[in-house]
Amino acid sequence: MPDAAALTIEDPRPPRKLYRSSDGRWLGGVARGLAGHLGLPVIWVRLVFAGLFMADGLGALLYAAFWFFVPLGVGGVDAERPPALATETSPDGRRRLVARKPDKGQIVALLAMVVVALVFVGNVDLSGGAKAYLWPTVLVGAGVALVWRQADNARRARWMEVGRRKRTISLLRSAAGVLLVAAGVSGIFVLQGSAAHLGSVLQAALAVLVGIALLAGPYLVRMTQDLSEERLMRIRAQERAEVAAHVHDSVLHTLTLIQRNAENASEVRRLARAQERDLRNWLYKPEGTGKDEADEPDTLAEAVKRSAAEVEDKHGVPIEVVVVGDCPLDERTAAQMQAAREAMVNAAKYGGDGGAVQVFAEVEGRTVFVSVRDRGPGFDLDSIPADRMGVRESIIGRMERNGGTARLRAVPDGGTEVELEMERAET
Amino acid sequence: MSDASEPTGAAGAVGPDAGATGAGAAGAGSAEDPAASAPGRRVRVVLVDDHRMFRTGVQAEIGQTERTGVEVVGEAADVDQAVTVITATRPEVVLLDVHLPGGGGVEVLRRCSPLMADPEQPVRFLALSVSDAAEDVIGVIRGGARGYVTKTITGTDLVDSVFRVQDGDAVFSPRLAGFVLDAFASTDAPPVDEDLDRLTQREREVLRLIARGYAYKEIAKQLFISVKTVESHVSAVLRKLQLSNRHELTRWATARRLV
Repeated sequence: MPDAAALTIEDPRPPRKLYRSSDGRWLGGVARGLAGHLGLPVIWVRLVFAGLFMADGLGALLYAAFWFFVPLGVGGVDAERPPALATETSPDGRRRLVARKPDKGQIVALLAMVVVALVFVGNVDLSGGAKAYLWPTVLVGAGVALVWRQADNARRARWMEVGRRKRTISLLRSAAGVLLVAAGVSGIFVLQGSAAHLGSVLQAALAVLVGIALLAGPYLVRMTQDLSEERLMRIRAQERAEVAAHVHDSVLHTLTLIQRNAENASEVRRLARAQERDLRNWLYKPEGTGKDEADEPDTLAEAVKRSAAEVEDKHGVPIEVVVVGDCPLDERTAAQMQAAREAMVNAAKYGGDGGAVQVFAEVEGRTVFVSVRDRGPGFDLDSIPADRMGVRESIIGRMERNGGTARLRAVPDGGTEVELEMERAET
Repeated sequence: MSDASEPTGAAGAVGPDAGATGAGAAGAGSAEDPAASAPGRRVRVVLVDDHRMFRTGVQAEIGQTERTGVEVVGEAADVDQAVTVITATRPEVVLLDVHLPGGGGVEVLRRCSPLMADPEQPVRFLALSVSDAAEDVIGVIRGGARGYVTKTITGTDLVDSVFRVQDGDAVFSPRLAGFVLDAFASTDAPPVDEDLDRLTQREREVLRLIARGYAYKEIAKQLFISVKTVESHVSAVLRKLQLSNRHELTRWATARRLV
């Protein structure tokens, strides 16, 4: 029974697919990927490949096949060399590690390959003719391997968006690969004894290449252009779908509600304001910040806007917010925001008939100033009974307890203005 | 025949101008009178907005000439139309939307700049937009618009603003005042031109009060200055905004999208 329980816990892991590992690989990541897939130590798999290589180069063939057909993935076994790998760090750190690591591994791998190849050559008694072709073949092989790995890196770079700095390195690598292959091929030519014709052969080859380029060039260019255009269209279509979804969900919904509540002017106004705010937020907010509706605001501007929006929704009075500058919220400014919110509620409740409530917040140096003004009938603090604590406690009291000042004054032509001033806490 | 037509023609040509300057003087003299209520004042206006419904709404709200003194002489829905209509009708004030097909309000301003500079009868632009993006707003202002108001403005306030713009005055909505304060406050780079790239203490105070929702009259009372002085401060700020050549401003406007 305990076994079964253990199994049910183990089982729901996603089905593992074979990937080549991009972390901590030496060559193509085949061995590491296989090891991860089979749950074996990497070194075993590598040894098996090396052993198979002895068997008439079967290991190399197998390795090449895996390299060719198995897609590159992230992962593999967790390394037996933790300090050098440290894969689960930030993408930035990891990228750097991965970029540095294979360089060392590659040297080791290349050295091992050279040794194994030498052993192989020593063991297998090739005839003199065949032996002569060995070095050109090795050159070609090395060139191909280099270019293939380059292609791998390019694919990986697309996921991880490696910086531009890498481009020169990758170009260099491609060039080196091409050079190696070219050297190997011309070596074979030379060995075949057709060195005398090398010049004319190269010329002919060049002529054919140029001819093909001339014929296929325009098609290739058009194809790449079409491809990029198609990609652009797809991105645009996606964006449009997103806009359509948003408009459909919120705007049409609100419009329906407005039609239903057409007689109720204040409700219509409230709906329209809320929708406007939502839409503006969606249109002008930088990407990725749309989802944090529930989060507590952590800057002053956000806090003011949030409070204003909430009061506006609750009391149905439009509140116009102007914010100049911004700063992170600290204990004092948070208290000031609460006081400002209280002032907005008061303004909406008692002064909302005269028009929109104006809220102005400014951060200037260390001073944070907030003014809330309405165009209502205005009121006299002294005429309010002493037991009404709203203004005295939640606004004036709160500001003074936190080291700020609050002033209430009647605006000459009607309305009330609450001015809140606070020094930001030292940071 | 010629005798009869001559005076009327002359009166027709001179009348609006004379009326405008007269009313402007009167408005300045008695601070209590909003410019809009000056009797007999007329202003010819062209509406530029790509939303027909919005044009109809504005027309209905301010277009009753007998009551408001505003006469809508033309409408346009895109940049080309706008330039044609404005050139043909030569209005005193153009209510200009920021977002327009064909290049936006900035393009209209660019192509109408000779008309704006005309010393005889300058065409003046008031940006009227639903947009809250700072770069849009600052863009049209720097393009030469005399002010910016949001579309939520009431009919009375809009009429008032139109007359103020006709007088050559600047019209700042609270939001625009906020944008300007913000733009001029962030002075990391040393100013290129001391006079232009800095707001005086008084200008700052005036802007602050506008941002807080005060009307010119109220600002004048608050600061113990005349409405005329408030107007000149606001115009100075507008001039600095349009002329100041600090890279700061455009960089600021594009870097932030204040709502």
